[in-house]
Amino acid sequence: MNSRKLILIVDDDIDFISQIKHYCEKFGYETMTANSENEALELIKTRKPDLAMLDLMMEKDDSGFILSYKIKQKYPDVPVIIATAVTSETGLIFGVESHEEQQWIKADLIMEKGVRPDQLQREIKRLLKE
Amino acid sequence: MSDLKVLIVDDEPGIRSGISRILRNYRVGYPFLEEDFGFTLTEAETGEIALEILEKQEIDIVLLDNKLPGIEGIDVLEQINKRNYDTAVMMITSYASLELAVTATKRGAYNFVPKPFTPEELRGAIESITKHLFLKRMTKKMSETARQIRFQFLSVLSHELKSPINAIEGYLKIMQEKQAGTSIDDYMHMINRSIERITGMRSLIMDMLDLTRIENGTKSRNLKEVDIIECTKMAISSMEPMAIQKNIKILTDFPASLLLTADSNEVEIIANNLISNAIKYNRDNGTVTISIFTDKTNLNIIVEDTGIGINAEEQEFLFQEFMRIKNKKTQNISGSGLGLSIVKKIIELYNGTITVESQPDVGTKFLVKIPFKAQPV
Repeated sequence: MNSRKLILIVDDDIDFISQIKHYCEKFGYETMTANSENEALELIKTRKPDLAMLDLMMEKDDSGFILSYKIKQKYPDVPVIIATAVTSETGLIFGVESHEEQQWIKADLIMEKGVRPDQLQREIKRLLKE
Repeated sequence: MSDLKVLIVDDEPGIRSGISRILRNYRVGYPFLEEDFGFTLTEAETGEIALEILEKQEIDIVLLDNKLPGIEGIDVLEQINKRNYDTAVMMITSYASLELAVTATKRGAYNFVPKPFTPEELRGAIESITKHLFLKRMTKKMSETARQIRFQFLSVLSHELKSPINAIEGYLKIMQEKQAGTSIDDYMHMINRSIERITGMRSLIMDMLDLTRIENGTKSRNLKEVDIIECTKMAISSMEPMAIQKNIKILTDFPASLLLTADSNEVEIIANNLISNAIKYNRDNGTVTISIFTDKTNLNIIVEDTGIGINAEEQEFLFQEFMRIKNKKTQNISGSGLGLSIVKKIIELYNGTITVESQPDVGTKFLVKIPFKAQPV
């Protein structure tokens, strides 16, 4: 039996996927990747990931939020990270710290893109309770 | 009907009721507006009361007498100006002097009607101040919208520029830390991807410069007789290597020569974009058909492919800036997302149109119509 935990990586930028995949595998996780919200939904039909890391703006500007909501509906216990560059680009600030934000953003963590690998590893471990 | 609130400031009750009577059923219309403007009237017998009313209510037009018992009209005007109310002021006074008129204008009064005035004179002045107010508000609204669009454009642009920078930086860090091995060959994929992203970023910057120049009219144009067929043939030959890679056949159906008064650089941009899209978004072993012909009034260019197609929802946004169809089939196709929006803007410079017909997995057809003056040779 495969004991490695499975991380779902969803982003429309193939280079971002390839880099996150590289790091996650280096940290010892198994990965599966998708380029869009729809592709990710197809993947999770048959396999349950242990953690999901999603881009925010894909087919639509809020694809990441919608996908996060759908993942949580199907697998409420799977932690979700949304990685985005929105805050630095638009000045739009949001997070998942307040109760009000948690009402509509069904993610466990919002991360700015350009995150350092050690920081990424720390957050994944924390969310996977390792 | 839209209602404009008018405040009449005069210490003479007769003048106030006279103006009320004249304006009560008066309408001001614009030929291009469906609705007329009507007037709701409020009266104030002193400048002090007028300022109180202005503080509490939104007033569109103030008819302001200068000789008032307390604070004078000209000082009320100064207050209105200072407090930045969205109001147009018209002075009405029997002691009209040049000095007063100059001061009133300096303090932002729109116009000046000396008493006594006839109902026609008052209506004429109200018509003009109403139009002034309407245009002022429309201009403000439009410049706000333009600012908003500019902000959106810059946000998307910074995203489009930042993504490749992030990607390249990420690969460089992996290389810097020698994470994937010690030989340079271990990093060939990352090096190639970085070069591709830089190429993409450069083409985005070039496209963006083109777009900006077209939009603000600073792109210098050299209009002369251009052979459309020759331009198209040049575009085809420069795209041939890309077509060969995917084994795509390019079929043509056009006369030997066709002249149009145009800027050859602009024609090249149109041809290059349409033909390269038809190849890029095609399937392997597909076909691109380019037909050029004239009818009584137009030059018609049709570029048709047998590619992946565009669904109805995506077609709606196809000519918008930064529109890129994102799915599994398009993920490896590079592009700035500005090409078609540039093409559309150029075609509009010729009073032409571009439309699209498409069916997913069957193909896409772009139809360009340009009203032509030149005759086919």
